[in-house]
Amino acid sequence: MAQGGIGEAVRRKEDPRLLRGRGTYTDDLVRPNQAYAAVVRSPHAHARIRHIRSDAARRSAGVLAVLTGADLAAEKIGNIPTGWQIFNKDGTPMVEPPHAALCADEVRHVGDQVALVVAETKDQAREAASLLEVEYEELPAVASIAQAVKPGAPLVWSQAKGNTCYDWHFGDKAATDAAFAKASRVVSLDLVNNRLIPNAIEPRAAIGEYDRSSGDTTLFTTSQNPHLTRLLLAAFSYGIPEHKLRVVAPDVGGGFGSKIFHYPEEFLVVWAARKLERPVKWTAQRSESFMSDAHGRDHVTHAELALDKDGTFLALRVRTLANLGAYLSTFAPGIPTWFYGTLLAGCYRTPAIYCEVRAVFTHTVPVDAYRGAGRPEAAYVLERIVDAAARETGIDRVELRRHNFIRPDQFPYQTPVALQYDSGDYGATLDLALERAGWAGFEERRAEARARGMLRGIGLSTYVEACGVAPSAVAGSLGVRAGLYETANVRVHPTGGVTIFTGTHSHGQGHETTFAQIAAEYLGIPVEQVEVSHGDTDKVPFGMGTYGSRSLAVGGSAVVKALEKVIAKGKKIAAHLLEASEGDVEFKEGKYTVKGTDRSKTFGEVALTAYVPHKYPAGLEPGLEETAFYDPKNWTFPGGCHVCEVEIDPETGVTRVVAFTGVDDVGRVVNPMIVEGQVHGGLAQGIGQALLEGAVYDDAGQLVSGSLLGYAMPRASDVPSYAVGTHNTLCTHNPLGSKGVGEVGAIGSPPAVINAVVDALAHLGVRHVDMPASPERVWRAIRDARKA
Amino acid sequence: MPSIALEVNGKRVAADVEARLLLVELLRERLGLTGTHVGCDTSQCGACTVHVDGRSVKSCTMLAVEADGRSVTTIEGLARNGELSPMQAAFREHHGLQCGFCTPGMVMSATDLVSRNPGATEAQIREWLEGNICRCTGYENIVRAVKAAARPGRS
Repeated sequence: MAQGGIGEAVRRKEDPRLLRGRGTYTDDLVRPNQAYAAVVRSPHAHARIRHIRSDAARRSAGVLAVLTGADLAAEKIGNIPTGWQIFNKDGTPMVEPPHAALCADEVRHVGDQVALVVAETKDQAREAASLLEVEYEELPAVASIAQAVKPGAPLVWSQAKGNTCYDWHFGDKAATDAAFAKASRVVSLDLVNNRLIPNAIEPRAAIGEYDRSSGDTTLFTTSQNPHLTRLLLAAFSYGIPEHKLRVVAPDVGGGFGSKIFHYPEEFLVVWAARKLERPVKWTAQRSESFMSDAHGRDHVTHAELALDKDGTFLALRVRTLANLGAYLSTFAPGIPTWFYGTLLAGCYRTPAIYCEVRAVFTHTVPVDAYRGAGRPEAAYVLERIVDAAARETGIDRVELRRHNFIRPDQFPYQTPVALQYDSGDYGATLDLALERAGWAGFEERRAEARARGMLRGIGLSTYVEACGVAPSAVAGSLGVRAGLYETANVRVHPTGGVTIFTGTHSHGQGHETTFAQIAAEYLGIPVEQVEVSHGDTDKVPFGMGTYGSRSLAVGGSAVVKALEKVIAKGKKIAAHLLEASEGDVEFKEGKYTVKGTDRSKTFGEVALTAYVPHKYPAGLEPGLEETAFYDPKNWTFPGGCHVCEVEIDPETGVTRVVAFTGVDDVGRVVNPMIVEGQVHGGLAQGIGQALLEGAVYDDAGQLVSGSLLGYAMPRASDVPSYAVGTHNTLCTHNPLGSKGVGEVGAIGSPPAVINAVVDALAHLGVRHVDMPASPERVWRAIRDARKA
Repeated sequence: MPSIALEVNGKRVAADVEARLLLVELLRERLGLTGTHVGCDTSQCGACTVHVDGRSVKSCTMLAVEADGRSVTTIEGLARNGELSPMQAAFREHHGLQCGFCTPGMVMSATDLVSRNPGATEAQIREWLEGNICRCTGYENIVRAVKAAARPGRS
């Protein structure tokens, strides 16, 4: 095996630079003659812009430009597109309102962009921005789903009646209704999936730059997918020819979905840079991030599960209201639909499922994909209602799950909600997790806690998710306006070193290490000889970026395909050098060998020959560099079991996670150290959602949780030490067998935590506690139950 | 404009600065030491943590003029003779970083903890790190790294 190949916990190649403070994040870049931009944002949730007086701002020291929505409207550019179209039940398309990079006449959420002020320095830009006088006429706002769907509610968009963007459904309604009609028991539950603010620790930033000599435009941006941003900027928001536009996403400080999207500020800095013919930089202050980064989740759901006498699931019916905010962000329409409804089978054999989703506009920040994106919402619905069903039927919650699991011999398994799962072993991950969590001995721990006056509970979730979206033809049929393949280029240098160019983007995931391990494994060379390059559209042929845990399953597969092409071409060269027929040469552990002999050439010798082709096969091109595009054949389906144990102080409602165990099935693991780290991070975000985090708007649409002072981010002391491991079945349809790991932690954990909280309080008569289960909520639940 | 003189990573620095200039702005924008990051505007995240006279300070809460006559160490000044410091090395060994953005502040803060309390327990480590937010790691491997650096050879 190659040194540092697949399966080894190789220490990361990224770390030395990041640990020495030598990372290069967008805000670290200083371009020659760079100017600075500040965005003037709406303080109102909904208002008409009556008048903008800019004289004072324009006269302010160092100001180079003040640009408003009127300037933008005059040029007829700057409309930020959405990349996903959803159709209503009646077949008509969703309402797709415009999204101007600067508002000309109406603002629709606190933080909406009103003007861009560019000055010589950051302080001058911010000072001048504060001098811009915008006269608003305040209008009534809807800040929540409940407000938006009230009859006669103020409209975010006049063309969206009842504030409805779309009214979508999925599944077999007739079969579902029929199953409910004959069910011996129906369990129902009302759930809120709380709105979250992503808060990658690096705030978004962007620098636009225009080269007067070549006419080329460059955008440096905090993006998870620079090629997609280039495509959207080139083809939609701006109209710059793609070959004259370069997008660079250098080191990026976390994304979690929030940096997938094409944001107005990216357009604005490019627009200003081209006008001023100077680089223009904008960096968000954290409070700007809160009101301009796309938020996540925000569902209100009524779910019903039909069971027969022995606990077999007969049907699931789900009705969800989803908040999309004021505008449609890049992937937004697809998240509460195709990333949600299709996951409602979970790991169960439920034969009939019907899901309705009404998505509404509100005067809030756009809502889009956030770590898990639709799948945490689905897992939460399922795993909460299965627990509720266990309590109501008296069937043990573990046995009820096991009874309804898809069995290992049933794969490939066609669910009633379109997806076909390729592999999994839900019983195995469940058994392992229960054993490691000490499930069997829990009642003793509960009694011991009770003796101390504490309420202890244990909860589990068994989840499935879908990664590596998706065969492009399928994606197209679901309304995606792009292909979802991935690209890799493998460049073998004459002296045997290798550079891999990948269209995925790493912003913490460690691709520079794992993708190098793949090359080391396939080529039989040390991992130190492989460099991974990503994030620059001028270097990488193309790419769709990183989201939906797709990088290894789709991007890694493209790398494998390109490596296989390199190996195949090398075989022709080696056969010629070895004076053997190509069919007699095999490649193993970095050497081409004539089968059954000791005659061989190393990969390095072959690489050198490719560039110094003195003794070379006739008709074969010199050089050793291959590009591959990989279009996935299916989604991949990670799954697993999470077990959470909590202790609640009944006097204060304070809930502490005292133990958390996860056993996940993520397919083939390239680097177990990185896989474990990905799960840890997801768990903290899931525990954060369950116990701490929540975006709060008041009724007037003011963002109350508008900074890190008011939004409860998990700290080191809020989370436990996690016990995580994997039990993997291989993906059957991609060359690596890998499924994806980036989001599993955030998907499986919220229901496990809430199931544990409810378990701790169930003896008091508490049936449900909404997320975040804050001390106040838990305290109230205890008090109300005691009163009842 | 006030003139200040201080030591940054062992080198003498003199600068004329606006009175309102923050220490983090002096480091990043005037001295080009971009390893110190800015992650928030309310002194919550800790990404800008540096050492002033050997003690961790959020450099967004300190004016540059307050650093006059003092000694500042940033993440760039932690490695000695090209070798990662024990804390930096422990973060690498235990995968205590992912995106790397909170990392400089985390490492500076943890280095101060270990110098104050070499035998810090896990609970003490977690409590100390309350002023540093990480969104990637779930803190598990950061805590492991700090433990290992606190007790070399015992983890």
